[in-house]
Amino acid sequence: MVAGFDERNPELKRAMEDIKEIQRKIYPPMVEGEHTFATVTDKISDVTLKRKTPFHWFIGFGIAFIIAQVLLFTIMYLVTTGIGIWGNNQPVGWAFDIINFVWWIGIGHAGTLISAILLLLNQKWRTSINRFAEAMTLFAVACAGMFPLLHTGRPWLAYWMLPYPNTMGMWQNYRSPLMWDVFAVSTYATVSALFWYVGLIPDLATLRDRAKNPYFRFIYAALSWGWRGSARHWHRYEIAYLLLAGISTPLVLSVHSIVSFDFSVSQVPGWHATIFPPYFVAGAIFAGFAMVLILCIPLRHWYRMKDFITHTHLVYMGKVMLATGLIVCYGYAMELFFGWYSAAQYEVFMIKNRIWEGPYWWSYWLLILCNGMSIQLLWFKRFRESEFWLFLISIVVSIGMWLERFVIIVTSLHRDFLPSSWAMYSPTMFDWSMFLGTLGFFFTLIYLFVRFLPIISIFEVRTLLPDANVHGHHQDFEEMVNEVEIEHIDKDKGKVS
Amino acid sequence: MAQIFHRGANNIAKASIAVAIVLAGVAGYAYTQIARSSYLTNQYLERQQPVQFSHKHHTGDDGIDCRYCHTSVETAASAGMPSTQTCMNCHSQIWSDSPYLEPVRASFRDNKPIEWERVHDLPEYAYFNHSIHIAKGVGCASCHGDIANMPSVYQENTLQMEWCLACHRDPAPNIRPKSEIYNTSWDKNEITPAQQTEVDAKIKTLRSKELLTSCSICHR
Repeated sequence: MVAGFDERNPELKRAMEDIKEIQRKIYPPMVEGEHTFATVTDKISDVTLKRKTPFHWFIGFGIAFIIAQVLLFTIMYLVTTGIGIWGNNQPVGWAFDIINFVWWIGIGHAGTLISAILLLLNQKWRTSINRFAEAMTLFAVACAGMFPLLHTGRPWLAYWMLPYPNTMGMWQNYRSPLMWDVFAVSTYATVSALFWYVGLIPDLATLRDRAKNPYFRFIYAALSWGWRGSARHWHRYEIAYLLLAGISTPLVLSVHSIVSFDFSVSQVPGWHATIFPPYFVAGAIFAGFAMVLILCIPLRHWYRMKDFITHTHLVYMGKVMLATGLIVCYGYAMELFFGWYSAAQYEVFMIKNRIWEGPYWWSYWLLILCNGMSIQLLWFKRFRESEFWLFLISIVVSIGMWLERFVIIVTSLHRDFLPSSWAMYSPTMFDWSMFLGTLGFFFTLIYLFVRFLPIISIFEVRTLLPDANVHGHHQDFEEMVNEVEIEHIDKDKGKVS
Repeated sequence: MAQIFHRGANNIAKASIAVAIVLAGVAGYAYTQIARSSYLTNQYLERQQPVQFSHKHHTGDDGIDCRYCHTSVETAASAGMPSTQTCMNCHSQIWSDSPYLEPVRASFRDNKPIEWERVHDLPEYAYFNHSIHIAKGVGCASCHGDIANMPSVYQENTLQMEWCLACHRDPAPNIRPKSEIYNTSWDKNEITPAQQTEVDAKIKTLRSKELLTSCSICHR
């Protein structure tokens, strides 16, 4: 390596700057601003430990908490009265309960994708969003789980779905996709919780070391399991985290595939389609990224985390949304195609009924507007790079994904095989209060999480800093490139191509 | 910085893993035992009845047929409880002034039924029909035990669903010849060749296991 080389050759200096510029375009920095290990730790841990709880936190938490009480009252009334307080009845036996279940489960998928698949694919940009995306997954699964549980009507007997040596001499019906659902969702919840918790341990130890309040210190200490950050701890941590990532990876695909089997294994026109598993998985990731954007855009403003959740992160998430959204649109197109190609009168009727002849035609077109049209804006840089538009499109997509399940469930069921059993479905106020209530419950948990745990993985963001990539004899990556370039120039007799 | 937990906390943490596994195992085993215990099922529990009636005396010693009192057992879902008049058929003549029988006479005088304590109490959501079991060759003893030797009747079996299903899944061992249906002390090993032929023929007429264990056979 030649010291002071740049000064001697201005042409080369310019070329170096060009290379750096290209580098920034290909590998945009994932942490912006001037940060060191210490400032990263301070900035993230201070939200929990030092900074005064902001006023907007109390407002937001208060509203969410009040809405969560609506859920509590609805559940109380539901359990003491029965599921007759909901609007679903034959032939629409599944309605808001299953729509909301699928909607919430879908939202969770982005967290698992970010934490597991993007980790295995070495996508560094996952690092600053994985923590709260995983939290979102857990809370969304908690909301999702409530619906089928309460739909049983006797939630205190829900353990009957588990295989245990019961006195009824019964075993679960493993041919039913609803049974697969029980295992898929409970595995998903368990693995997600473990993944989240294991990832939290080094950060909990950081909080333990910095907390002044003795009670908080005690709690963080208990939760961090004596983490001292020794080489052996890190070695084991890395293995455990990779293993969990490996276990979670198939879950990203399997959970929503199984949820889609609840429909596609049946013979109801509009449900019985082979496209369902991939179409549902794409929809889940689509909805999940929309929810991650809805959460992280305000979060990075309120807690001044723009250095960590950068503009680049938002653009990447916008691109994932566009890609998965297009897969979902392909699914819509295929549904229509299957209906026509089957040449079965029930399927053809279902399609016609769904899109223009039936009473719920508006829900289909609203769905196409929300999920099909709105995301086309993301093709354009102007919209993709605008926080406002990303936030707006995310909300529209969330509504669209809810409508998708409404269209699939309600419009398929309300026109049964037997015209004599045809009926309309309309939700009651308790359907709405239950749905609204889970939103309140979800945001209550999110607010508590933001207040008491590091919202961004402190130690993982530190690995993104240039200081973390110090190599043996190369000062840093740029100098390594420098060296390669010099060899290149020598060959071309001083000409930079 | 001072340590928040003592070194010993590490051992507690490690031990807690083993303790959790052991506790889960113990709890699981305890469940299987408690759920089937007579504490929950009332199995073998002898009740205090308003009259000290002995099945052993009337059926075992005197040889009165079950159907003398439980008249509808062959024709209806319920086997039927005898009215006081049935008791008085004999007890207006014999033991007619025994103090033990005063509640029976009082019931007869006042025209008020005796309030027996129910021993075999199936839940309302389970449909049970005595007549079909008798018609298919299931004897009283299969469910009720050796009543002819019980001074005070108790519940011989758990009456749990797994117990019902055990027979519905494989009814053949509980099918007996018609002549022995009401003989609660019958020993299966004493079956005669003619009876065996009869039983074999009967087993062939039974419905399939799938039908006998379908939900709506019992939950209608």
